[in-house]
Amino acid sequence: MAGTAVRGRLTWETATVGAVIDETSKVRTLSLDVPGWGGHQAGQHLDIALTADDGYRAERSYSIASAPGEPVAITVERLDDGEVSPYLTEDVQIGDEFEVRGPIGGYFIWKGDSSDSVPLLLAAGGSGVVPLRAILRHRCLVGSSVPVRLLYSVRSQAEVIYRSELDHLNQEADGVKVIYTLTRQQPPGWTGYARRVDQQMMAEVAWPVASGPSAPAASAPAASAPLAYVCGPTNFVEAVASDLVALGYPPQRVKTERFGATGTP
Amino acid sequence: MDALEDRVLDGNAIGGMLIEVFGAEMTTAVGICGTCGTRGQVAEMAVYQPRLGTVVRCRVCDNVLMVFVAIHGVTCVDLRGLASLSEVAG
Repeated sequence: MAGTAVRGRLTWETATVGAVIDETSKVRTLSLDVPGWGGHQAGQHLDIALTADDGYRAERSYSIASAPGEPVAITVERLDDGEVSPYLTEDVQIGDEFEVRGPIGGYFIWKGDSSDSVPLLLAAGGSGVVPLRAILRHRCLVGSSVPVRLLYSVRSQAEVIYRSELDHLNQEADGVKVIYTLTRQQPPGWTGYARRVDQQMMAEVAWPVASGPSAPAASAPAASAPLAYVCGPTNFVEAVASDLVALGYPPQRVKTERFGATGTP
Repeated sequence: MDALEDRVLDGNAIGGMLIEVFGAEMTTAVGICGTCGTRGQVAEMAVYQPRLGTVVRCRVCDNVLMVFVAIHGVTCVDLRGLASLSEVAG
């Protein structure tokens, strides 16, 4: 059947860089034109392959930064010893081509339909905010009224990715609250959090898990609990996830995605 | 912080490779550790990616669950550490 994808098969497609946005001094968003892109869900990834003149090939997985229905975009943080990110954040030009395949992943996704109508807690460490931004944009585009809190741990205000977009959401969007913790450097007069995420902070920020007489029946406690998405460096994700479970979140309601060491947010 | 521990990824990072190997989205598949019996989705498993390939370990007992090594375009797969791996959660 022409045009029918074989189930589960991923093919490498040529992506063309359509736009480049500098988010911070080390982070860049690339909007990609991928003919034949079949659409994606909020929170999914794509793989990028770069092939050197000598045939050496490097593949990396990046979270998709755009909402379903928007052009595919990725947001890349430069790792100074990286093989791929220096090209994507410094050398890449509009019109450049490379191979991508996707979308990938069925675990760290938020569909935004009636099955996802519980409050959302999003926790980001550094560039872990990228898939969470796709979820926030998707929430706006589908007109969802699900209440959302985003806790964003980052070293300094200068390193906040999507800062104007997040500040705009915080001020204008109903039901969205963005809470920053600036772990290394704070601007004068800063009254927000200024430390690494800990259990006390999570207790203050996270939606409480229902308990007591008004709690739902024991047969379905998990389905009505708030849903948490935690993304960032491994140590950040481990800390936040264990704090949430200690606060009563069912482990299966805490979705995690770790991307290894990229500095301590 | 142990440098190796800090490089641990999770199964989300290998979703593309798993589709290549299994022909299906596998990050939501459920695996059972053959050593300690822990049951969990592939997305939650610990993933190490040294240059030679990919090693997937149990988060509870550290048992090696899966190993993937690509040689000359062929991916060799070792699933001996798993008691089971199924696409459908249950």
